[in-house]
Amino acid sequence: ESVLAKPQHPLLHSQRFSASPCAGDQSLFTSLYTSLAQQLPREPMEWRRTYGRAPKMIHLEANFVQFKEELLPKEGNKALLTFPFLHIYWTDCCDTEVYKSLVKEDMLRWQNSLRAHGSADWVIIVVETNDNKKKNKTNILPRSSIVDKIRSDFCNKQNDRCVVLSDPLKDSSRSQESWNSLLLKLRTLLLMSFTKNLGRFEDDMRTLREKRTQPGWSFCEYFMVQEELAFVFEMLQQFEDALVQYDELDALFTQYVLNFGAGGNFGWSGLLLRRPIDMEKRDGIQRGEASLLDLRSYLFSRQCTLLIFLQRPWEVTQRALELLHNCVQELRLLEVSVLEGALDCWVFLSCLEVLHRIEGCCDQAQLAANCSHTVGLWAYATDKLKSLGELCGLVSEKEPTSEDLNRTVDLLAGLGDERPETVNSLQSPYKKLKEALSSVEAFERHYLELSHAAMEMYRAIGRLRSARLVGKSLAEFYMRKADPERAETFLQEALKSYVSEGWSLPVTHTRKQIAACQKLLGRTEDYLQTSALLAGDVNLTTEERKHFCQEILTFAGKSGDQSQKVTLSMGVFTQLTRLQFRPATASVHSGAVLQVELTLRCLMPVSVHIQQLAASIHFDLERGGTNGRSKGTQRQTNPGTVEFHQSNSSAGPPSSSAAGPPLELDEIQDRSPSDNSLNSTGVVCKNTHLVMRRHDSHSPPDTPNCVSPPAVAMKEGAQMLKVQDVTLEPGNNSIIFTAPSGQPGTYTLRQLYATVGQVQFVLPHIYPSVQYEVYSQEPQLTVEPLSEPLLAGLPQMVKFTLLTGHYTVKKGDALQLSNTDTMPILPSSSCTARISNPLVGESVLSIQSSEKVTSISLPPTPPYHTLEFHLEVLCLIPSGDERPANERLTNGEMSIDCPWSIYSTLLALTFYIPFKTKHSLLSAGNRKYIQVCVQNVSDVNFTLAEVKLTEKQHATLELQSLNTKTQQLLCSKHSVFCLWEVRWKDDLPSCLQCVFSADFSPLNQDISAFKPFHYQFQFERVTTLYSVRADILPPAGEQHCRSGLLCGLEVCITRLTEPAEGELAEDSKTDTDGLKTTKLMYEVADSSSNWAVCGKSSGMVSMPMAASATHKVQIEVMPLFAGHLPFPKIKVLKYLPHTAAVAIQPDPDSCVENDSLSLLDKALDDQGDTASIRSRGSVHSVGSGDQQQKGVAMPRLEPFSPGQVFNHSYTQQVLVLPATDDHIMEVNAT
Amino acid sequence: MSAFLHTSLDVVEEKISAVGKSLGDQRELYLGLLYPTEDYKVYGYVTNSKVKFVIVVDSSNTSLRDNEIRSMFRKLHNSFTDVMCNPFHNPGDPIQSKAFDGIVSGMMVQTG
Repeated sequence: ESVLAKPQHPLLHSQRFSASPCAGDQSLFTSLYTSLAQQLPREPMEWRRTYGRAPKMIHLEANFVQFKEELLPKEGNKALLTFPFLHIYWTDCCDTEVYKSLVKEDMLRWQNSLRAHGSADWVIIVVETNDNKKKNKTNILPRSSIVDKIRSDFCNKQNDRCVVLSDPLKDSSRSQESWNSLLLKLRTLLLMSFTKNLGRFEDDMRTLREKRTQPGWSFCEYFMVQEELAFVFEMLQQFEDALVQYDELDALFTQYVLNFGAGGNFGWSGLLLRRPIDMEKRDGIQRGEASLLDLRSYLFSRQCTLLIFLQRPWEVTQRALELLHNCVQELRLLEVSVLEGALDCWVFLSCLEVLHRIEGCCDQAQLAANCSHTVGLWAYATDKLKSLGELCGLVSEKEPTSEDLNRTVDLLAGLGDERPETVNSLQSPYKKLKEALSSVEAFERHYLELSHAAMEMYRAIGRLRSARLVGKSLAEFYMRKADPERAETFLQEALKSYVSEGWSLPVTHTRKQIAACQKLLGRTEDYLQTSALLAGDVNLTTEERKHFCQEILTFAGKSGDQSQKVTLSMGVFTQLTRLQFRPATASVHSGAVLQVELTLRCLMPVSVHIQQLAASIHFDLERGGTNGRSKGTQRQTNPGTVEFHQSNSSAGPPSSSAAGPPLELDEIQDRSPSDNSLNSTGVVCKNTHLVMRRHDSHSPPDTPNCVSPPAVAMKEGAQMLKVQDVTLEPGNNSIIFTAPSGQPGTYTLRQLYATVGQVQFVLPHIYPSVQYEVYSQEPQLTVEPLSEPLLAGLPQMVKFTLLTGHYTVKKGDALQLSNTDTMPILPSSSCTARISNPLVGESVLSIQSSEKVTSISLPPTPPYHTLEFHLEVLCLIPSGDERPANERLTNGEMSIDCPWSIYSTLLALTFYIPFKTKHSLLSAGNRKYIQVCVQNVSDVNFTLAEVKLTEKQHATLELQSLNTKTQQLLCSKHSVFCLWEVRWKDDLPSCLQCVFSADFSPLNQDISAFKPFHYQFQFERVTTLYSVRADILPPAGEQHCRSGLLCGLEVCITRLTEPAEGELAEDSKTDTDGLKTTKLMYEVADSSSNWAVCGKSSGMVSMPMAASATHKVQIEVMPLFAGHLPFPKIKVLKYLPHTAAVAIQPDPDSCVENDSLSLLDKALDDQGDTASIRSRGSVHSVGSGDQQQKGVAMPRLEPFSPGQVFNHSYTQQVLVLPATDDHIMEVNAT
Repeated sequence: MSAFLHTSLDVVEEKISAVGKSLGDQRELYLGLLYPTEDYKVYGYVTNSKVKFVIVVDSSNTSLRDNEIRSMFRKLHNSFTDVMCNPFHNPGDPIQSKAFDGIVSGMMVQTG
């Protein structure tokens, strides 16, 4: 019986085991130990777990210890690592006697002690060897009998608790098999016991945890219990489970801290991650003496170890950062009093330690690729070092004071001695901190190193903003070290990014730093520019703003030479918000007053006196002539007020600068090509390229908050808008300039200057561009009717408008109008002229008329005024034929000579004759009447009076008026008819020359307003030569005509007068019997299809040229309808035979006549008139023959003049009865 | 303080681009803890139209868990959407909505 020594401590992670105390034959066991220990963990076992946790394959490793009664665990044992999971009794006894006498007793004792300690996990191993058998041949029992005996003695129902191992030291298949089954058995039993005991342990642990609210509960005690579990998992290589235990502890601790608080004195030596288990701290915890930081440190070191086992180093960094933040918070929460800077030390050391640990387990490439995980620690360490440096007086130009040194010593003392692990290494967080705090130079070196490392990393992973923040912190360091030059670059970089992203508060903060920096550097201009920006920054307090404003004013007030003048951008000082022109057209004639009102929003906190405010002007000679009139109208579109939309200053909210250009939208319509119906409609944005432009990729170019003021080129323009001594109050100010307007042209406002002592604020570009125009105008004379249309025959008003332009009308200047006969100017004494701009006054015009020229003296008028006067003119109506057809008269061309020009102005006015007249001759047998129709074509109503008709040549002729009224109303667009009967004594002259005359005036005007109107006309061949009488005779035996029956038409042509002289010569010929005859052609034509002409419808008659000569013609006609039918038309025409025509001059009308004849023929054709065909044939044959001979002589038909033939039966009607047997009624409904 | 905010945008961008690559449209708007510092915790949230919300919580405030922050963001987002739906609101102008102010200050008071 011997006992193996048990380990004092749980074995470390590299070993896995389950402790198994052994009893029985020690020498036998010793011989088998090595191979047993080796072979046991070789095969994995499936570990089924309680609480539904997933089964796992684990390798079991065992530590064998000799059985001692005192090693058995007592009640309430919390140690799991040293727990004996399985008790084994080894025996090689094969002798029954020996068994009975010794072994059995020993076994019984062993069993009893096990039972006493409540352990039911045991196994008895019987080893059989052939040697043993051979040695004791006599007492040999069958092998099985010993085993059976043991089984029956001890394992009453658990046969598996006794195992046989055969020939363990032999190399035979039998021995191998027996080994395997033993191992399997051992593993199974071990695992069973392990699971059972672990479960019990976990239950106990939970019970313990539940008691945590009871008084006297110790976290450290519980910590040890749960850590035991973690160790077990760790040894089973279940790191995940182990980590869970620590995480649970961590969470519980946080809770515990929050609920109860813990603490005490502690050192700040930082995390220690080099050892897998920091036994020093663990002991502290075990003793319940650990401080909060100790506990946290220990927990984290364990978690770190496990995470690295789990190949999750990046989680370590993340957890580390969380831990550090958390610890700092917890200490604050617990109000633990700590030496100032101690926490910083702890954090700094811990950061470096974690980084060191990570670097130790990763290669360079991995580290570089995972900067994003480590950079937080770097930055944190940098931060902490900086605050330590500041605390210890290391961040300054000077050496630290003794007080600082004392503090440093205290801090370093708190670190304690360096740990043995790192004492010998060249670099360690401990050494680094110590060195950094040793001197100003060393601190600077370390701090810069860390800062740059952090910045580099941030840049590498694209966190530029973070990099800039580190830079800014670095800049603060440099400022403390009085090295503004280096600080500025970092600050400017940070500022640029804040400005471009519109973060106003950081902008203000950084700008303040820059201002301090620039002041130190002595860069006056930059400093003043920054000061101006800050003075207008609403994020600052008024006091601060006043301070910066005063900085500028102080500089401005310094008397110095010219070279010290400083030019600053105006945008930061004051903003041009509005510009207003008066007059609003922004267009004046040269010399006129044009005012420009600027609205400036002053951003300064106090009122600022400005010596001079000026705007430079670019002058452009106007293109395209000097006619300001058209330009002036064009200007109307440009409003007189220009609003300047400020891209907001840095201090403003970021959104407004990001608003971008306004959308330009257009409507689109998609129409179907076939029927133009609307398919779809929508809105398109025309300037997408501007609107959608990325704003974050580049800073907008128009922000005035550039870091340094823009290069301002001051253009000294010859012309300027200037105001002296203005005081700008904070907020909006209105300043009025008077703009120069001497020369005509375009004036563009370019730049704005404000001079305050030595400082000049310049707005380099006024945008949108603002310009005004000064124009010069030529004098212009227009003459137009006062009212349209001008009526001829009546005095009409004409308006003269003179725009004087640049010309001054002097006294004695006159317009010379050349007189024309058709349009006299009616001088009037009361003619006044109006001079306006807008209204100046009136003055009387004097008009002198001579024979050729009318001279109008103009009153003196200043330039750019309008002179207006009315003149009465009359256009005479020409009587008779020269009158144009469209009643339009143009008064020729009147020329006006103006004093300002050597050229005459031609004046053309169009007048309209108000009336249209027509005349006609009416006959009744021999009696003659003359009718005149006057139509009013104008829009005016007139009164007609004194209507008269006279004949010029024949005094004997009497024209008797049949008009009853002396005055007649002639309304617009109406007509008046007048009638006279012609009476004569001897002979009626064949030619009458008449003059119609009337007085007219517009309605409701007095007698004096009447104007004469004349109308001449002429009648020829007035006398009635023939009368035609027609009669329709019903068929024989009938009383009335019947439709469908032929009736007779009797036409009787009678000569009424003796031949006149002219007539004889003209168209008569002497017959063979000496009687003078003339040939007439008659023709019956029924245009309304009432009649059918049967047989001859036309014919020739020879009429003797003597009074009362009569010719009768009988023609058969048939009425086609019943009723009162008008007579068919009978035409009588002169027939001029070709022989007679020889003497007549050919005239172009002949052809027309011929045409009418053939038309006539055509009509006759329809009725099948053979005679007419014949006659046509003859006519044609003759005509064609003549044409061949002479080309001019052909027979002609000539109509009589109106009044020469009088038709008695012109509108006569005859009654036609329907056909007798008509039983069919035809009804035409139309 | 606003410097933190500014730098937290770095992380926002990083997260957006990372999420954009992996999930496409089906992304979670809540970005989680962006930027822990000693004194503050910065949480981020990005709408589908890339409007970013950031909530900064004092580190000592332990009552606010991830879920509470998430619901705060959701509330904020809803209210913000309402503001944007206002036809009189010009996108880009500072928000001047009493309702929005109320929601925000309500959350502030609630979290204390």
